[in-house]
Amino acid sequence: MTFFKTENISIDFGGIRAVNDVSFEVEKGTIFTIVGPNGAGKTTIFNIISRIYNLTEGRITFEEKDITHLPAHQVVNLGIARTFQNIELFDHATVLHNLLIGRHIYCRSTFFSDLLFLPSVKRMELKHRRIVEDVIDFLDLQHYRDQLIQNLPYGVRKVVELGRALCTEPKLLLLDEPASGLNVDETEDMSFWIDDIKKLLDITVIMVEHNMNLVSQVSDHVLAINYGEVLAQGSPGEVQGNSDVIKAYLGEEKDA
Amino acid sequence: MRIIFKTSYLQDIKLFKHSGYFFWYGILLATVLAAPAVLDEFYIGEMAFIYIYAIAGLGLMIPVGFTGLPSLGHAAFMAIGAYAHGYFLSKGFPFIISIALAGLMGFSIGALITIPLKRMTGIYFAIASLAFAIIVEEIIAHWKSVTGGLGGMSVDMPVIFGFELESTWHFYFLCLAVLLAVLYCTINLIRSPSGRAFVAIRDSEISAESMGINLSIYKIKSFAISGCFTGLAGALFAHRLYFLTPDTFNFLLSIQLLMMVVVGGLGTIHGAIFGAIFVGLLPQAIAIAKDYLPPSIGEFPGMEPGLFGIIMVLFIIFEPMGLYGRWLKLKLYLQMFPLYRKATFKRQKTYLKTERVQ
Repeated sequence: MTFFKTENISIDFGGIRAVNDVSFEVEKGTIFTIVGPNGAGKTTIFNIISRIYNLTEGRITFEEKDITHLPAHQVVNLGIARTFQNIELFDHATVLHNLLIGRHIYCRSTFFSDLLFLPSVKRMELKHRRIVEDVIDFLDLQHYRDQLIQNLPYGVRKVVELGRALCTEPKLLLLDEPASGLNVDETEDMSFWIDDIKKLLDITVIMVEHNMNLVSQVSDHVLAINYGEVLAQGSPGEVQGNSDVIKAYLGEEKDA
Repeated sequence: MRIIFKTSYLQDIKLFKHSGYFFWYGILLATVLAAPAVLDEFYIGEMAFIYIYAIAGLGLMIPVGFTGLPSLGHAAFMAIGAYAHGYFLSKGFPFIISIALAGLMGFSIGALITIPLKRMTGIYFAIASLAFAIIVEEIIAHWKSVTGGLGGMSVDMPVIFGFELESTWHFYFLCLAVLLAVLYCTINLIRSPSGRAFVAIRDSEISAESMGINLSIYKIKSFAISGCFTGLAGALFAHRLYFLTPDTFNFLLSIQLLMMVVVGGLGTIHGAIFGAIFVGLLPQAIAIAKDYLPPSIGEFPGMEPGLFGIIMVLFIIFEPMGLYGRWLKLKLYLQMFPLYRKATFKRQKTYLKTERVQ
């Protein structure tokens, strides 16, 4: 059984075809990376998978379930969590608060029990707090627990966003440029975490990344796209050596 | 300065974070309970009025401050609460049931009105809510059989279990009791999963949605509970007015309510209370100031709404965190004395998040 599969997905924005006939399969327990020059359609594919954009054509299946027409807020219920390229955290809330929102899908209280804060709500809150604390320990965020996001440096925000996605206990994690804007040390940390997420937490990862160093360190499989179309697929080495990929990044030689 | 040592997860969700809270809020409660015994009847009446505003302020704070839905039409919910209460009382319903029905009317109309509005954000939402308020005002003016139309409608004296609340201090305690109940519910809501979802929607709709929050449902919930609280405030307001006319619940009241949450401090529960005190006292202050001003300025028409506008603009420019933000700074100054640095709050600028378009 294939874990995650897109079949011939395409999307039009007005007259522009941003993603054209892209198909790929992701196996369980692997790290799958999408690379490509700016504007190639990588983030668009992510937005299609997390159902923010509606497909023009094609089909997406996750664990044999067709998710092509699922409402955006139900995607996470199936076990698909994501992060954003430009960090979409809740700025006026604390780190703890942000991580607890990651637990939202497991909060099964009614509006009226919330209004009265019944003992059942309290018990549930404590239970979720414990799980959030595990994530805090995993990502070394203890120090920032009660700080507002708007007062945190960029590097830490990236980690908090990863943590928020982990709090949903996903089976499939979509990371949109996890290392963009991070310094060398932070990128190193991030690559260890991504590796740990795969090995220790048994989560499959699809990621978009420009840092080829990180890509070749952690990925099992790489998909290169340009202008919304697939250029090459394969192991990191194969894709990096592919002549079409080199052409897309560096251009052609004059006499070629 | 007090340093809190955390030993249990419960400490973060408790109503009172530490013993200091017990002490100071205890004193505050004792003061408001003892007030009728000490103060003049006029001041008791004014305080009851502030409580009514505070209830409406809490109601408005939930959509505007927490969910990021700016409403310019909350006077409509006060009107709905007031007229519903007046109507049910006149039909012989007991007070408790009548006020509960007024809250329920606010709740259901709040929920219904959000269904068409839920896809709007920012200024568009504000304008749609303004249109709603104008429609409600017109309906009240024309639905003569129920509301008495432009001729108005008188409201019966509140009677609870056969006990007539005739004097001012009876009414004072009634308002205080409703305020405490609404306050308790609001605090609970904000510390529970629903409140977290509201804040998530305010700060980033797109990531709230990808965290599994159903935007429409939570926007509806937020506006419904807001309508309920504001409706309750309207029901109490009806008793203070004795006689309801549609033009009481005009655009100016909506602005006053909005000013209350902005001046008090958006996104904080304290802000609603501070704002209510401010807005409740402002007309008195203006009345006193008028006596000292030359008649050409003091008798100038439209001075009150003009002042409201100026104050709101000044607050947004110079103190976006409102009175509560000022209070936090003062508190920190006293706690840190003499080590307080002016730059402590520099980075914590906040503004009406609803400006944001995805």
